[in-house]
Amino acid sequence: MFKTMMRRAVALVAAAGLAMAAQAAEPIKIGSFLSVTGPASFLGDPELKTLEMYIEKINEDGGVLGRPLELVHYDDVGNASSARNFASRLIRSDRVDIIVGGSTTGATMAVAPLVQQAKIPFISLAGAVVITDPVKPWVFKTPQSDRMAAERILGDMKARGITRIGLISGTGGFGSSGRAQTLEVARDMGIEVLADVTYSGSDTDMTAQLTNIRNTEGVQAVLNFGFGQGPAIVTRNYAQLGIDLPFYQSHGVASDSFLALAGEAAEGLRLPASPLLVPDSLPDDDPQKAIVQKYKSEYEARWNSKVSTFGGYAYDGLMLAVKAIEAAGSTDPEAVREALENIRGYVGVTGEFNMSPDDHNGLDADSFRILEVQDGGWKLIN
Amino acid sequence: MFAEFLQYLFTGITIGATYALIALGFTLIYNASHVINFAQGEFLMIGGMATVSFMAMGMPMLLAIILAVVLAGILGILLQRLAIAPAKQADVVTLIIITIGASIFIRGLAQLVWGKDYHAMPNFSTDEPIRVFGAVLNSQSLWVLGIGAVLVVALVLFFTRTLIGKAILATSMNKDAARLVGIRTQMVLMLAFMVSALLGAIAGVVVAPITFTSYDIGIMLGLKGFVAAAIGGLGVAWARWSEGCCWASWRPWRPVTFPRIIRTRWRFP
Repeated sequence: MFKTMMRRAVALVAAAGLAMAAQAAEPIKIGSFLSVTGPASFLGDPELKTLEMYIEKINEDGGVLGRPLELVHYDDVGNASSARNFASRLIRSDRVDIIVGGSTTGATMAVAPLVQQAKIPFISLAGAVVITDPVKPWVFKTPQSDRMAAERILGDMKARGITRIGLISGTGGFGSSGRAQTLEVARDMGIEVLADVTYSGSDTDMTAQLTNIRNTEGVQAVLNFGFGQGPAIVTRNYAQLGIDLPFYQSHGVASDSFLALAGEAAEGLRLPASPLLVPDSLPDDDPQKAIVQKYKSEYEARWNSKVSTFGGYAYDGLMLAVKAIEAAGSTDPEAVREALENIRGYVGVTGEFNMSPDDHNGLDADSFRILEVQDGGWKLIN
Repeated sequence: MFAEFLQYLFTGITIGATYALIALGFTLIYNASHVINFAQGEFLMIGGMATVSFMAMGMPMLLAIILAVVLAGILGILLQRLAIAPAKQADVVTLIIITIGASIFIRGLAQLVWGKDYHAMPNFSTDEPIRVFGAVLNSQSLWVLGIGAVLVVALVLFFTRTLIGKAILATSMNKDAARLVGIRTQMVLMLAFMVSALLGAIAGVVVAPITFTSYDIGIMLGLKGFVAAAIGGLGVAWARWSEGCCWASWRPWRPVTFPRIIRTRWRFP
């Protein structure tokens, strides 16, 4: 609480200083609720740092529409019901102009009905496909959905001539949603899922499930959809069992810490990931290259910690909000909402956004890059 | 078919030996005071996390392990002195609740000191799995089994052959009578917490290469170890260990024997 107040105070002072410079212009209030502490803090922490850093930067450069930005932030501790309370405070008492936040799908979905009712534009930073499907007029999101990850992985398999796979997934929210999407996409793409096994998040050995897959006749590749340390154990067990089929992981473990956990066992596996993991190996004509490199170096210089994919979602959320407010020429909610819906060709850290009234995410599956682990590092495949 | 059978068996042994080793730690404190120490999982966590962080400082593995185990031992004494002893005449249920509080506190502290990431620890011996008739066994599983067996023997000897061990049993049976024959019961309790913490930390270090380690690993491992302990019978060390092994050995059979829908509802074991 104290921290929140301090942050707000600092933001206010900064805003006040700039406001004077900008002839006492009224600040544009950007509301945010993120899981900065608690179990989902690995999401919320880089997201908040990104928001703070770029709001400062934008204010130094003169703000938006000649008005400074003011960040009003609350920490929901990964709890959906407190997210809802904070969102209601943002709307009713802080009277923010736009909300950029919601680290988890749970928090986002708890808040969605509120913003729908209050008619405030809301850009979520959470993954699941349910947030924007079906489309809710006031709700947008920046990360790719798990469905796109499944499309990208299965697409890469098909390109390698793989049509029969084994699926192993975690029973947590991320894993089970990913499993459902994978099964659907596989059906659409004509890929057969011959084995379908699961493990719980606290399991410490998955050799039994993997043996099951290995003994299934005709499996050509294995996909693991999961989150946390489970996939690292699966990767190790996979190597121990000496299974030499192509191995895929989901974007849930696309981070350097996964490589540290899985070690040599990860060698040769593929996964879909944000280009943020391989900024320097992107081809020079890739429109994202410059922006990804810039975000990475700015973030790491400012916070002295490694950049994460999740911070990238917040970067895109903030920039989309700024772009929409600029295009709308005011902070009128309906005008901003319409402007958001009409953003085309915005190249962000996560991908190229092409919003439309039927697509409030705006990304396509190709914004994921397929990476392969080679010599203990990431290698861009396509 | 035989290779599959062996593979499931090995998986069972790996998981079983892990839980059984953890379960051992619950004995001492239970024997001394009838308190189930729910902070036992945190001793596991301290063992694994401290070893990883000492190793990151450049210490050799053996030294890091010894320091981590000693650290956990000190923590065990502190837990008894600062949390359990002040409660004096409180009944067992109150003490159990105190241990839950202590575990939350220790976890919070660990989160501040070590952060929230998972850490990997190298195997004690080779990373190469052992191949037997087409099935594979992680070499670390043998360490878990072996150290578990050694600790069981040591515990049995401790309780039956040493004066201190007998003093602990006497304290558990009748505190007042124990005091009458000259046993310093507070001292015995402190000792029980310390040795228990040592056991927990050793278990934590030995299983860390298999399970990874993080600030919150103690919750699930401790709970599963407790289930193994309760099924095995809390008092007797060897019974708990062997039954813990057997009980967990059927786990890997679930994918073969039960349909998915049943398993997802089957949280424990």
